Amino acid sequence: MISTAEIFRTAEISLRRNKTRSMLTALGIIIGVAAVIAAFAVGQGANKSIDEQISSFGSNFIMVFPERSGAASQGNIRYLTYDDAMAIKNQVSGIDALAPMVDASVTLIYGNTNWSTTVIGSTSDYSYVQNRTILHGRDINESDVRQGTKVAVIGSTIVSKLFPYENPLGKQIRVNKIPFTVVGIFDTKGSSQMGSDQDDLVLVPLTTAQKRLVRWKGTAGRVRSIYIQGVSMEALGYIQNETEALLRERHKIKPKEADDFAVRNVTQMLEARRKTTTIMSMLLGSIAFISLVVGGIGIMNIMLVSVTERTREIGIRMAVGAKAGDIRKQFLIEAMVLSDIGGALGIILGIVAGYSLASFTEAPPIFTVPSILLAFVFSCLVGVGFGYYPAWKASLLNPIDALKYE
Amino acid sequence: MPLVDIKDIHKSFRLGEEDIEILHGVNLSVEKGEFVAMMGPSGSGKSTTMNILGCLDHPTSGTYVLEGKNVEDLDNDELAEIRNSTIGFVFQGFNLLQKTSALENVELPLLYAGLGGKERRERAVKALEEMGLSDRMDHDPSQLSGGQQQRVAIARGIVNRAPILMADEPTGNLDSKTSDEIMSLFCKLNDEDGITIILVTHEPDVAAYAKRILHFRDGVIMDDAINNNRRTVQ
Repeated sequence: MISTAEIFRTAEISLRRNKTRSMLTALGIIIGVAAVIAAFAVGQGANKSIDEQISSFGSNFIMVFPERSGAASQGNIRYLTYDDAMAIKNQVSGIDALAPMVDASVTLIYGNTNWSTTVIGSTSDYSYVQNRTILHGRDINESDVRQGTKVAVIGSTIVSKLFPYENPLGKQIRVNKIPFTVVGIFDTKGSSQMGSDQDDLVLVPLTTAQKRLVRWKGTAGRVRSIYIQGVSMEALGYIQNETEALLRERHKIKPKEADDFAVRNVTQMLEARRKTTTIMSMLLGSIAFISLVVGGIGIMNIMLVSVTERTREIGIRMAVGAKAGDIRKQFLIEAMVLSDIGGALGIILGIVAGYSLASFTEAPPIFTVPSILLAFVFSCLVGVGFGYYPAWKASLLNPIDALKYE
Repeated sequence: MPLVDIKDIHKSFRLGEEDIEILHGVNLSVEKGEFVAMMGPSGSGKSTTMNILGCLDHPTSGTYVLEGKNVEDLDNDELAEIRNSTIGFVFQGFNLLQKTSALENVELPLLYAGLGGKERRERAVKALEEMGLSDRMDHDPSQLSGGQQQRVAIARGIVNRAPILMADEPTGNLDSKTSDEIMSLFCKLNDEDGITIILVTHEPDVAAYAKRILHFRDGVIMDDAINNNRRTVQ
């Protein structure tokens, strides 16, 4: 009885003898596996990036900000104000939390170290709306905002830059030369998908920031934007419409004039993008799977041609003592070796293709072991599945018929 | 007990709508050590008989006893084992694996016999040396002359020590000088190693080397005689 190892060697020799044909056959599987892996990785990467954006904005998130419009360009520039924010909070239902905010670029100084960063002035709801948690100390509270106290909550990047060896709580830092007391530290959030450091921030009470850090002329109580968190996804549309109507009324915008502000339903936008991405990656994935199956059919085709072409070889092998099972094994192993090599090369090509595709989408691809294994195992199954029929056909030949085959 | 014993062998082929009977009851006994030449015109049934004797083909009816075993009772795997260890084949068209060295071709029966690589190699080298091909072992069939290719095929036929060697028109593609060389190898295998040889040919010059000559005509053996004018190797 011939050992399976010997049949492997026989299969290998016969594949080597037909290098071009073997490579072309394997190419079908290579492309199929690569396409499956790349499609999955890019799809998962895009989904993860959107998930991260959603979680970094907080859930059910609406953003209101001023926007130059036709009306505004005629000189009636209206800004959003703290009063606008309070009006929305009090008159629009379905709002879970609301945080007006301002921001400013500042230089922080502690001891001999200084650090340039962005300071955010907001209310006690800011952390909640932005999905931030306090690791040590406390958040800013309503009385801080009411009284305009000089307190600050800092992110972990600031801690490591200014307080590498100290506990920052209770220490005074200078923000644009104005002393603030550190009362709290945010939990680390890491880099955003866009690559910006979300822990490089300082939060101070809104009123303090308006008075001391932001030097805007004109409207008192002006804010950069208003963050709103709705009670549910379903409430967002309603909140958006009501907020628009209310602000138009407050800003005295005539019916035919355009808004001087914008209300963006960020969560809905992201959810919609996620749906598109999911559909796209499913579409890509199924096309990729089809190409893998087509690759398998390619293997079957070549193996069938090969069986016909090698009928005489089969006859010779049978005449010197090969059993039907030996012939079947040889052809099956040839198909398997082809599809396994194709699968392995396909993994490499898939990873390369995933990265190059992802450079267009700006979301790094995510290669998971299950998705790679799935593609590889499937390619092996394709090899066995489509290799079996030609192998079985080859084994049925009568020795003398195979020998006489011209 | 004869080595090979067939009784009343019939063989039909289906050709389009009708069955055509090629063999109409062939009877033949071959003892160990014989050298039999089967002669006859094309279509007389000599090759078909040999294919049945060689377990490459099944008879439509009749009995075949090989080394005391009833061949009809054997399944395909057992027939493969017989082709592997009991019968060696030499064909008119050599039937060597292309792009495969002479050595690997000769190793093939040993591969299917399940022998390890080292023993395979040793025995194949020995068989090729016996055929005078020591310096051609790594050559592909395409790099060998017809006579050399046929000697590789003979080496493959004897390498697994099969007691019977069957040859179907082994000199059909060779010139007369090379044919004589090949035939003298058959004689040597028969005389010195006691290998039973059954040979199909339509050339009287080739058949003249055999000890016994059969004449086929229309699917039966017409004449079966000891060759009293046996050609000897010069």
